[in-house]
This record gives sequence, structure tokens and C-alpha cells, in this order.
Amino acid sequence: MRISAWSTPVLVVAAILITFAITAGPIIVAGANPIEAYAAFVVVPLTSQFTLLEVLVSATPIMLTGAAVAIAFRAGYWNIGAEGQLLLGAIAAAGIGTLVGGLPPILALPIMIGGGALGGAAWALLPALLRVRFGIDEVVTTLLLNPVALLLVNGLLHGPWRDPVSGFPESPRIAGSAEFPALIERSRLHLGFVLALVIIAVAWYLLARTPAGLRLRAAGLSPHGARFAGINVSRTLLGAALVSGAIAGIAGVSEVAGIQNRLTGGLSPGYGYTGIVVATLGTLTMPGVAIAAIFLGDLTIGASSAARSLGIPSQLGAVVQGVLLLTTVALLAVRRHRSTRSDSGDAGSVTGDVAAEAQPG
Amino acid sequence: MTFLVDLLAATLRNATPLVYGTVGETYAERSGVLNLGIEGTMYAGAFAGFATAWATGSPHLGLAAAIVVGIGAGAVMALMTVTFGANQHVSGIGLTIGLIGLSEFANRLIFAGGELQRVEPMPIVNPFGGLGEVGAIFDQYALTWVAFLVVVPAAWWLLQRSSFGLEIRAVGENPEAADAAGVNVARTRYLALMIGGALMAIGGAFITLALLGSFTLDIIAGRGWVCVALVIFGRWRIGRGVIGALLFSLVFSLQFRLRILPGFGDLPFELLLALPYLVVIGALAVSGRNVAYPGAYLKPYRRT
Repeated sequence: MRISAWSTPVLVVAAILITFAITAGPIIVAGANPIEAYAAFVVVPLTSQFTLLEVLVSATPIMLTGAAVAIAFRAGYWNIGAEGQLLLGAIAAAGIGTLVGGLPPILALPIMIGGGALGGAAWALLPALLRVRFGIDEVVTTLLLNPVALLLVNGLLHGPWRDPVSGFPESPRIAGSAEFPALIERSRLHLGFVLALVIIAVAWYLLARTPAGLRLRAAGLSPHGARFAGINVSRTLLGAALVSGAIAGIAGVSEVAGIQNRLTGGLSPGYGYTGIVVATLGTLTMPGVAIAAIFLGDLTIGASSAARSLGIPSQLGAVVQGVLLLTTVALLAVRRHRSTRSDSGDAGSVTGDVAAEAQPG
Repeated sequence: MTFLVDLLAATLRNATPLVYGTVGETYAERSGVLNLGIEGTMYAGAFAGFATAWATGSPHLGLAAAIVVGIGAGAVMALMTVTFGANQHVSGIGLTIGLIGLSEFANRLIFAGGELQRVEPMPIVNPFGGLGEVGAIFDQYALTWVAFLVVVPAAWWLLQRSSFGLEIRAVGENPEAADAAGVNVARTRYLALMIGGALMAIGGAFITLALLGSFTLDIIAGRGWVCVALVIFGRWRIGRGVIGALLFSLVFSLQFRLRILPGFGDLPFELLLALPYLVVIGALAVSGRNVAYPGAYLKPYRRT
């Protein structure tokens, strides 16, 4: 198999290298050596069992939000609201988790996960309906619902769910049977990681091997063409939006049941937005999302250890994420332009910009 | 009466960053580019303005720094969407993530998590001071006067009446025709995005330099997204966008004042805080149905 200079793995690695070259600037300003810094970001977390497991812990929520975003983007539905949908899933999990104490885990966990998925899907429903019924841009409505979801969390934590004893803005601890069990003793790696891998595998199968997946991809590549081929594009978009919201909701469940064991105000440091980085870096494919999530988890753990060892503020992690997103999407666009130089760019290519890169070829 | 005067004064004050942001986003979108980098551009403007004013003691230098940062942010957005032809949604989100990260990174380096630093807020000027109690409505920061009396009319004139504005609208509606008529599409979009970026950054700097006199994390808190919604609500017209900003700000200012009224105090105030966002979504649902987007919205332009 010949590897072209513009094949996806080469392109992604190039994006990472360009990103590192650009972010060397702020690292030097912070008074550190960029080479040492990148070694600390990328390599150091992989060198001990403890940090390796922590990488997987921090990859878990963004693997789920990445899958959620990728599914929506593949359909040409610009769900930028995974952050809010995640928070609704977390609220549902924190509520249900305190009520299922009498049930064995085999019942408690599916009820809680299902409730979180419903919560995320419910938060995704209004923008999706406004889009397919009235043509109202989902980008704005999904974005605006993110701060609303955060206000809902804070309203609950400062109101009805405030800890009655300590007065802390934290919800009551969920029941033991609703907590995700640890996968490995004395580590924080929990059932959520397996759940994320299973969801990735199922989503990959559905997208690649079923008629519903074909309709979804067709709608994303060319809504006009899909409509011409007899596909109900509105229904496809609605379905993609709800599945996307449900998976983002499960990310919230995973953080509540696997890490926090309760609802807290700082539950998500922007996992929904990081999901967009993961989805794009993974070129909207499910295996790509899994790898990209683990890579960004590696960077996150690396950035927090570099903050301690090298004195680089850990906020550099967000800078790297932003620049990585920009370089990846720029390289994808340049490649697309090279391959379709004569394409005048119809409506389909608008969403196809990212989605087309995901086609096997 | 005092309640009403106070409410209207707050409405003008809180609308100011939204007016700058909405006008800036209108320029971007009329040229055919949805700039979701607005949230990050406002954030970076707020931080750069504050840090420069703190370091130099001059709010005017702070404002100048914010404008430079805004122009730079607009240029990066143009590089992504015009030169590379990259996806506009993803580019904008990437710009926002990167700029918020960079601002917080610099904030950490400069202020090292120490106690909250302050700058002297810009002074309040009132050309209508002789009107007694009602005149207090016009106790406003200079940047608010500039927004309503200078920026809005000038931006409207430039976009609707000047030949440069015609070029912006042309490359946003039909870049092929504009190109055939001799308009440099790429250059026009770069300029529109850089002007828009400067305005967004001034909106952010208004919050740190005038409204608060300090910089805190999450200082923009979704105002940029609100501006994107207001542009659609205003159907890409500057005047209607400004009216939308005033309406949003009225609801926003009202909910703050409702909290201290009897009967409302028992509601969790977060519910009231969410009200303006829900109102703007509701307004979009009513007024934004099947609106006519700029013809070349989201489409990169390449000569064939």
C-alpha cells in the first residue's frame, strides 16, 4: 500500500508538528525549552502505569463527546452544543444515581446511563426541531443552550441540591450501586472507558455498515443529492442530532458516576468543545476519534505535569487544542482543494469540507 | 421613576459590548464568513485591553492593544477561511478555543494567580446632565456614546452607502459576479473580517476597561454567541441588530433588578440569568424562520 503525502495519517501528524512549531512561541515566553516541554506533554505521561491510566481517564469523556460531535458533523448537522448536552446527562445521572440505591448495579447502571442519554437527547431536541421545521441555524441555538445548561447546574447546586450539611454547592453523593466500578484496582480508570469504546465500536458499525449510516453520510455530503435519492433528510438530521445529544449525555453520566460521584460546578472544563477538536483531528471517523481522544488525554495529563515540573501554565493545553484544530482543518481544506480543483463548490461541499475527508479511499 | 431611569441606563450600558460585537459579526457575515471566533476575540480583547492598561496606566493604550489583537484575530480567521478555504464553523471554534486559552495562559504568566488587579475604570460622561433625574439615563461611558453615536452610524454608512460596503455585500452575495466586476474577493473579505475583529475586541475591552475595571475568567460568558444570534435576529441589518442588542440588554438588565423585588427573591437567580438566552432563542424561533442568509454564506471562494 502506497502512502501518499496527503494520506490522512500523514496529514494529522503534519498538523500536530505544525501546531508544536506554533505553540513553541508561548512556551519560550513562559521561559521553558519547547523540546523539553513537548517531551513532558507527550512522552512523560506514557512512561508510568499510573499516568498511563490517567491518560485513559481523561480520554474517556472527550472520546464520548468526540463521537457525539463526529456523528452530527457527518450528517451535516453542526451540533456545537455537546457541552450543554453533557451537563444535562450529568444532571440526570446525579438525580437518578441517588434514587437507585435499592437496586443492584446490573439494574441501577443501565437506568442511570439511559436517563443520562435521554437528558442529553432532550437538550439537543429543541435546536434540532427548530432546524428541520423552520430552518433556524442550529449553530446558534446549540451554542446558546450551553450557558443555559451551566446555569441550570449552578441553579440546582445553589438551590435544591445544595449539600444540607456542609452548604457546599455539591449534590448529594450517588448510591454505591450507581457508581461506575474501577477497572483496575487503585486506579481511577472506570467503567466509562469501556462504555466509550463500546459506543465507538457500535457507532462505527452503524455508520459504515447499515442503511441508516449510509443515509446519514449521504445527507452530510450532499443534502440535495440525498433528497434526490429519496432520503428523508430532515428525519436523518433529527436522528443524528438526538443520537449525538444522547452520547454527549452519556459523557456526563460517565463523569458523575466514574469520577465525581455527584454533580459539581466544575464537572466539565469544556469537554463538549474539546469534542470538536477530537472529532476533527479524528477526521470524523470512529477509530480516528478514539485515537485522537487518547492523544488529547495524553496532552492534558502532560500539560498538568509540565505545569508542575517546568512552570508552564497548564492553560497551554487549551492553546494547543485551538491551534491543533485550526491546523488540522486548514490542511484538510488544502487537501480537498487539491483533489477537487475543478469543483465549483455546490451546497454539498459546504459540509463536505470536513466530512469528505472521512470517506474511506 | 428611579427604577425606570436606572433600568434604561443599565440597558444602554450592558448593550454596549453587544453592539460592538453584533456590528463586527455583521461585517464578517455580510462578506460571506460566519465568524464563530467572536467569543474568543471578545475575550482576548478584554484581556489584552486590561493587561495593557494595567501595565501602562493608560486605558487608551489598553483600547489600542485590544484593537490590534482584534485585527489580528480577524486576520487569522481570514487566513483560515479565505486563503485556505477551511470550514468556517470549525475554524471559528478553533480560534475561540485558542484565544481564550492564550488569554488565560498570559493571565497566569503576568498575574500569577495573585490577588485581583484593578485599573481605574474609564470615566462617565453625560452631555445631558442638565435634565435632572431623567438625565441620569445618559450617565454613560465614553465608549457607549462612541458605540451608539459614532460606530453604528459610521458602520451603517460604510456598509450600505460606500463603494467599499457595496464590495463587501457583493462578495458575500455573489463572489463570482463580484470577481468578474473586478472586485478583489479575498482582499475584501480580509478587510471585512479585520474590521469586524477590531469591533468585537473593543466590545470585550469595554467590559474590562469600563464596566468592571478588572479581568476575571469567563468574563465574556457567552456574549459572543449572543451577538451571532442577534445578527440573524437583525437579518444582517446593522440597525435591526442594534435594536436586538438593546432588547436583549433590557431583559438582561431587568432580570438583575427583578431579583430584589418581593416575590422574585425566592426563585433561584440562575433561572433569571438564563432568561435572556431563552428570550433570544425564542426571538429567533419567531423571527428567524427561513430567513435569507447572505448568498455566499459559509462558502469559500476559489477562482476556477
